[in-house]
Amino acid sequence: MEMTTTAAPQALNVAAIKKDFPILERLVNGKRLVYLDSAASSQKPLPVIEAMSHYYTTTHANVHRGVYQIAQEATELYEAARAKLAHFVGAAAPEEIVFTKNATEGINLVAYSWGRQKLAPQDVVVTTEIEHHANFVPWLQLREQRGNALRFLRLAPDGRLDLDDLAQVVSGAKLLAVTAASNVLGTLPPLRQLVDSAHEAGALVLLDAAQYVPHIPTDLREIGADFVSFTGHKMLGPTGVGVLWARRELLEEMPAFLTGGEMIRDVRLDGFTTNDVPWKFEAGTPPIAEAVGLAAAVDYLEALGMASVRAHSRALTRYAMEALKERYGASITLYGPRPDDERAGIVSFSYKDVHAHDMSQVLDEAGVCVRAGHHCAKPLMRCLGVSSTARASFSVYNDEADVDALVDAIGQADKLFG
Amino acid sequence: MPGLEDLYREIILDHYRNPRNRGELESPPALRAEGFNPLCGDEVVVYLAIGPDGVIKDLKVSGQGCSISQSSASMMSAAVKGKTLAQARATIRAFRAMMSLHGQQLDGAGDGAAATGEPDEDARSASELAAEEGIALGDLEALQGVVKFPVRIKCATLSWHTLAQALDEAERALS
Repeated sequence: MEMTTTAAPQALNVAAIKKDFPILERLVNGKRLVYLDSAASSQKPLPVIEAMSHYYTTTHANVHRGVYQIAQEATELYEAARAKLAHFVGAAAPEEIVFTKNATEGINLVAYSWGRQKLAPQDVVVTTEIEHHANFVPWLQLREQRGNALRFLRLAPDGRLDLDDLAQVVSGAKLLAVTAASNVLGTLPPLRQLVDSAHEAGALVLLDAAQYVPHIPTDLREIGADFVSFTGHKMLGPTGVGVLWARRELLEEMPAFLTGGEMIRDVRLDGFTTNDVPWKFEAGTPPIAEAVGLAAAVDYLEALGMASVRAHSRALTRYAMEALKERYGASITLYGPRPDDERAGIVSFSYKDVHAHDMSQVLDEAGVCVRAGHHCAKPLMRCLGVSSTARASFSVYNDEADVDALVDAIGQADKLFG
Repeated sequence: MPGLEDLYREIILDHYRNPRNRGELESPPALRAEGFNPLCGDEVVVYLAIGPDGVIKDLKVSGQGCSISQSSASMMSAAVKGKTLAQARATIRAFRAMMSLHGQQLDGAGDGAAATGEPDEDARSASELAAEEGIALGDLEALQGVVKFPVRIKCATLSWHTLAQALDEAERALS
């Protein structure tokens, strides 16, 4: 949900922020690095890098095991990270935060654990055409295993979800699995409306919030979903750590996903009992340093202020879409909702008939990093009638000069493909 | 750092703008093989019409992709059309050798004589291999620059994988 504040959020000081990201100082092809692929993975500020380095330099030991001091300190840091994440997204308690490897793992955890326990062949799962494969393939696989039905919300021509038949589509469903922010189109589906409709129909709601939590103030109590998965590396944190949030009673009912150490209470020859939530879902040694790094990323984002982060993203996205249209007019196609609609900081585009791979190569020559391809959203690509797009995506360290570099470089493709 | 001109040679852009042997053949009787690049979503379909004498009478390529994958497919079609299956295999071997710098190689379907991906197997040895096999790489040599852009090697090799699959089928059909 968007935070509604009366005062305008303070503008980000991007020049100062850039200095916190050492990688932005490097040159590519003799040009300054213009990193516009944060939807794939964001860069990391020094406080995150230093927190992890400091942890390894001073504190590392396995968690929840040793009685010695550094083991206790490591455990405290790991659990403090959980509490920080819980507070950051408005979870009711730290125990609702399960550390995963990434957003994909969190969704697979729900499909495997909740899905295999709860779904019968007559049941229905609803997802959408605009999903990342991470929130699509688990439901395809579950359908193969459980024989349940799968329904889809469709893409509307304006780049939003077609919700005209929402009540009908979710009717009788057990689960609605939907993106909170499209990784290709930047679409921000109306979460409250989706959650209310699903709940009215008796369905639970899972949100793929990988592109949402990093950029938009998140209050899970206000959104009201049942499962929310997101990842650390897209929100200035390290790779290898993600979060699955779920309401506590759901986590308690669900069987373990991965099994082994850490998730166990007792093991006998005739069976086992599992640990309490959330540790029941954290088999094996968890990503400790990564959790510490992610907590530092949360500190960094909170210091900027998520309302300011969101305002920056909106303004820069609108600036980019308008600049691209102004320079290239009908030669450029921008996908997704209009610039003045609710939108995440993601701009997918096609330029003339230049293939996205070739565009990305041309942009790389100018030091501009964008993603090219199907963005792990092949059903959506088929809806759009394209095999691939180029995608620029923004984070707190991007400014209008970065967008200008993109806009200037796109036209260079004419030299080769014009 | 190699520049764009190493990648986008004029001959490559010409094949991209004016692809040779573009289209489809009725299948059957033509053999049809599909190739996908899961990284970027590119796809290519190769149609082969083989005469009773084992000569590739006709060959068409359809699908869509970037300039490198499309031009490579076009060059490939020109290089093997009218050739025997054995000559087509030899051309694939020579092309594989050219693309195997940095230990990259064509894997997956195809003949058992794939390039081994020896790290020291460079473009020169590819030309030598081609000469030994009596193959003229011709336009294909323009694709040598692709090996300097490792991410794009898969673009260049997509249609060749697909051709190798189609040849596998052709040989099964003939045997």
